[in-house]
Amino acid sequence: MKKMIAMVMLAVMAMFALAGCGGGGKTVGSVSTDGSTSMEKVIGALGESFQNETGIRFTYNPTGSGSGIKAVQEGRCDIGLSSRELKKSEQDRGLKATVLAYDGIAVIVNPNNPVSDLGLEKVAQIYRGEITNWSQLGGSNAEIVLIGREAGSGTRDGFESITNTKDGCKYRQELTSTGDVITTVAQNPNAIGYASVASVKDSVKALTINGIAANEANIKDGSYVVQRPFVLVTKGDVKLTEGAQKFFDYITSSAAHGIISAAGVVPAN
Amino acid sequence: MLNQSLSKKRKGFELLMRTLMIASAILTAVLVVFLLVYVLLEGVPNITWELLSGKPSYLTERIGILPDIVNTIYIVLATMLIVLPLGVGAAIYLTEYASDRKIVGMIEYAAETLSGIPSIIYGLVGMLLFSNSMGTCLMAGALTLVIMNLPTIMRTTQESLKTVPQSYREGAFGLGAGKWRVIRTVVLPGCVDGIVTGCILSVGRILGESAALLFTAGFAHALNGLINGLASPGATLTVALYVYAKEQGEFGVAFAIAAILMILTVLINFAATFVQSHYTKRRRV
Amino acid sequence: MPIKENTNKNRTMRKIDPLQSLNSWDKKSRHQTIEHIIHGIFLLLGLIAVGCVLVITVYLVISGIPAIREIGLFDFLFGEEWASTAAEARYGILPFILTSIYGTLGAIVIGVPIGFMTAVYLSKLASPRVKSVMQSAVSMLAGIPSVVYGLVGMLVLVPGIRKVFDVPDGASLLAAIVVLAIMILPSIIKMSVTALDAVPKEYEDASFALGATPIETYFKVSVPAAKSGIAAAVVLGVGRAIGEAMAVMMVAGNVPNMPDSLFQSVRFLTTAVASEMAYSSGLQQQALFSIALVLFFFIMLINAALNFLLKREKE
Repeated sequence: MKKMIAMVMLAVMAMFALAGCGGGGKTVGSVSTDGSTSMEKVIGALGESFQNETGIRFTYNPTGSGSGIKAVQEGRCDIGLSSRELKKSEQDRGLKATVLAYDGIAVIVNPNNPVSDLGLEKVAQIYRGEITNWSQLGGSNAEIVLIGREAGSGTRDGFESITNTKDGCKYRQELTSTGDVITTVAQNPNAIGYASVASVKDSVKALTINGIAANEANIKDGSYVVQRPFVLVTKGDVKLTEGAQKFFDYITSSAAHGIISAAGVVPAN
Repeated sequence: MLNQSLSKKRKGFELLMRTLMIASAILTAVLVVFLLVYVLLEGVPNITWELLSGKPSYLTERIGILPDIVNTIYIVLATMLIVLPLGVGAAIYLTEYASDRKIVGMIEYAAETLSGIPSIIYGLVGMLLFSNSMGTCLMAGALTLVIMNLPTIMRTTQESLKTVPQSYREGAFGLGAGKWRVIRTVVLPGCVDGIVTGCILSVGRILGESAALLFTAGFAHALNGLINGLASPGATLTVALYVYAKEQGEFGVAFAIAAILMILTVLINFAATFVQSHYTKRRRV
Repeated sequence: MPIKENTNKNRTMRKIDPLQSLNSWDKKSRHQTIEHIIHGIFLLLGLIAVGCVLVITVYLVISGIPAIREIGLFDFLFGEEWASTAAEARYGILPFILTSIYGTLGAIVIGVPIGFMTAVYLSKLASPRVKSVMQSAVSMLAGIPSVVYGLVGMLVLVPGIRKVFDVPDGASLLAAIVVLAIMILPSIIKMSVTALDAVPKEYEDASFALGATPIETYFKVSVPAAKSGIAAAVVLGVGRAIGEAMAVMMVAGNVPNMPDSLFQSVRFLTTAVASEMAYSSGLQQQALFSIALVLFFFIMLINAALNFLLKREKE
């Protein structure tokens, strides 16, 4: 009999655990964010300092822009993070976008690659598969290895719409994260890839586009053209929870500018 | 000895097969040694106290895997707590109670099928079943792992139940004990080794699991208490290894985790062998 | 899941007639009632295992069918192009199916001979000491998490393939095949050794007495005697290889190409699910469930083969 009671207790405990799970993201004293992997650095830093200052629990699930938008739509998180503008269909569903910052997309190559500047049109031609050898661009005689991101990535969406190569890229590898692209390009002397300026490390070389470097000033005045917004996605008609509203106000205030810049992106206002 | 009388063809066959066998065995051995040495060499220098004891910070750009270690412990505890009664109970039913061959066959076939399903499918179903209803959280991951590990616990328990001599049971029945009492006092103590082995194997599997957890438990690095921890998303060590290697390109950290996992794997293998030989010896006496 | 549990409970409750147990509530029948209840609980626990399989199957079928219906079974299975997020989305999974089949075959072609030869060596030639050391090494290999294989593959194998074969990029079908071959080695070796160890000594003795050399005996007597066990080992390896996701995802490049060459960047059935699941929605997500259903179907076939072989081995 005792064992039976124990069993029942266990089942009840399991139930409680399940119930606890469901309520996790929605309590007043917390804010949950979900979305773009490119925004990891900036939103992570913002969340951490927010949590340090207010004590409100902050969570971030780095999944991808599309996934974050879906999560906020379905109410699985408070604020969705997208590294692309909302599509028309998404706006129609009542989602509201607030631009947090602007991020340059750096076109990166291996440090040993002699090429260091490309025109925007040349980049597009490379990705469309019209230019296939580095010698056509003044580099060594080697096939160009095109590294891209997976379908659904905000970085890919931004890059392809700016270079006008939507659905036309002849990728050699489709990798699922920013870090992965950088690692692969760092390992392969003939690779070219694209990644958020904020995440670019010394292991790769960022190209200048039309002679303009991907730095903060050039992104801010718009002369570096390969850039996209970092967007906070909320449900337009539903009020944010107290914690989420505080977080939203905090990161869009000028107090957050320092942290945003330190993370390598340009604050929007 | 016999070799003089062998024809050339037979000698050739002999030589070829012997060479192939030894070459294969050496290749396998070299592979194991290479993997072990490479991962440990790359990983161990990166295991620092700071890495083990801290949590990651974006502001100071430091990386710590304490939350991942804690999450791993939570998920192991939660999974084992649920899967043990389920698996052991099912095994007891199959060996001690079941008289209907049809039901036994059905359950055994189900268990075999479960153990052949790839973990990515568990992850997908876990996402549909658990994560969609209660959010991405460690508990959802743990429940997915429960389904995954059920067959292991069932099989090992069943095997050791079968080794408990029938005469023990008959003796206890002869003394007038009821079935439940016999199970509790005679059968279960006799199969502790099987249950322990099953547990060790399951813990090993949970430690190494990644595909089933990515979509169910998520990959946050937050440090939480037990209840909060089970209710919020979190990465286990293996998932963290994947995230650090793939998403962030932090190979030093990835190798450090890989080295920790390797060491744990070795320990788990030793533990399993030890338990088995310990109990086999005791039984022979 | 909850629905299933309820029906199970009903089934077990039916066995105990509540009226009868109330009427004769003496000590003995109370005792019996407890026995019945406990019997019921254990039955319930056993049925939960069956329930899990049913739930998984039912869920996969229910969520996998709609996309196949919408896309059309033929277009889905034999479509050569996968572009799930393009303006005009196309959902053909032939590249994934072929990649999974080629990848698994490749892993078998490399892994089985090595594993089989190692198994014969360990079972028949090796000294007990070597055998026990090697066996724990092999268990060790089996216990390494698949992401560790992926990590080493990504940093050693992929650049290695690029340099050795002088191809533009090493992330390829070949890299995946090599990783899979290594990953299936332990299951092949372990099961083959068990099967070979179980061959009766008398068979071999008879062969020796007829003048066969040890090696001839092992390959012409012992191996044929253990053939269903070894075949089961191979089938188990096939199951492992076709179901692996994470390690393959880290080395195969992940572009949905038709696998025309060993050096092409490819996507497997498993990696197709894993790489797009996180952000998919609508028909795209349903199509991913359909891919999982196809994968499940393959696994079921393999399981059936395995069961058949193991049953024959027992006989």
